[in-house]
Amino acid sequence: MAGLMSRASMVVKAKFSKLLDRAENPAETLDYSYERQLELLQNVKRGIADVVTAKKRLEMQETQLQQSVVKLDAQARQALAANREDLARQALERKSGLQQQLQGLDQQAQQLEQQQEKLVASEKALSAKVEAFRTQKETIKAQYSAAEAQVRIGEAATGIGEQMADTGLAIQRAKDKTEQMQARASAIDELTTSGALEDFTSDQTQLDRELGQLASQSQVDDELAKMKAEVGSGEKQKELQQ
Amino acid sequence: MIVRLMGEGQFEVDEEVAKGLNDLDEQAAQAVEAGDEARLSELLQRMAGAVRTNGARVPDQHLDASDAIIPPDDLSLEEARRLFEDEGLIPDLPAAS
Repeated sequence: MAGLMSRASMVVKAKFSKLLDRAENPAETLDYSYERQLELLQNVKRGIADVVTAKKRLEMQETQLQQSVVKLDAQARQALAANREDLARQALERKSGLQQQLQGLDQQAQQLEQQQEKLVASEKALSAKVEAFRTQKETIKAQYSAAEAQVRIGEAATGIGEQMADTGLAIQRAKDKTEQMQARASAIDELTTSGALEDFTSDQTQLDRELGQLASQSQVDDELAKMKAEVGSGEKQKELQQ
Repeated sequence: MIVRLMGEGQFEVDEEVAKGLNDLDEQAAQAVEAGDEARLSELLQRMAGAVRTNGARVPDQHLDASDAIIPPDDLSLEEARRLFEDEGLIPDLPAAS
């Protein structure tokens, strides 16, 4: 197997010569290449915006899961206070499941952060090179004969073509990572709505209902005791009157 | 010679560094063949590290082509394999429709 470096160089060159094959003469080659560079600059800017959006979604989901963790912890305590170890265990098991999901989300957030940094660096490099190319393109057009221009174009174009391929890969990788993250986020959403994880964000989980029943049971007991006391003292008053 | 770290930029390195890179590159190709992702990642990081430490950054506005191109140091095994396929991992550049 050939080395990774030579293979990368070969692929990069192939991508760019494929692009240049479309133009017919030096001036056209320069203008065409420049337009594609501007287009790629727009693509990389869009790529950065997409990563930022994906990161926001991830943060929102993390916040939701964190709130659920806090709630489950409180419910476990509530259940223990009511001597329902079974319910407390159930709550803690779910809490631990959610914490695992949170860890996964954390790793993905870090990966997205790295992709964003790379895209920003790539945009900066491409932007500087596009500007340099624009200047050189005008010089070549103005000063050289067609044959000479061809050589000069070759030099300038290979350098920027390489940057374009590099930026293209950075955009593609960021897109792949964003899609993986979205797939995971949707999977968590689906798990929670289908009930496999239970909808911790809704107010009525099974745990909520059972704890609610416990609370209302003890309220009924209290009221009953109070009424018994009242009714009891009323009867005593009657006895006294007779 | 000029080396590009993909996703990072171009660096000027001397012949000795370049030779070291070729050795590491050969081992990286073997790691891909052996399906050893940890080893691949270690080698790519060593290559990038050698360039960063011993190379001088080429300013962004320079239009020189590189003599060697090193794939991103967080390249997965699957991505490395795709590099060797026909379409070659790197997407086509935007073309006028």
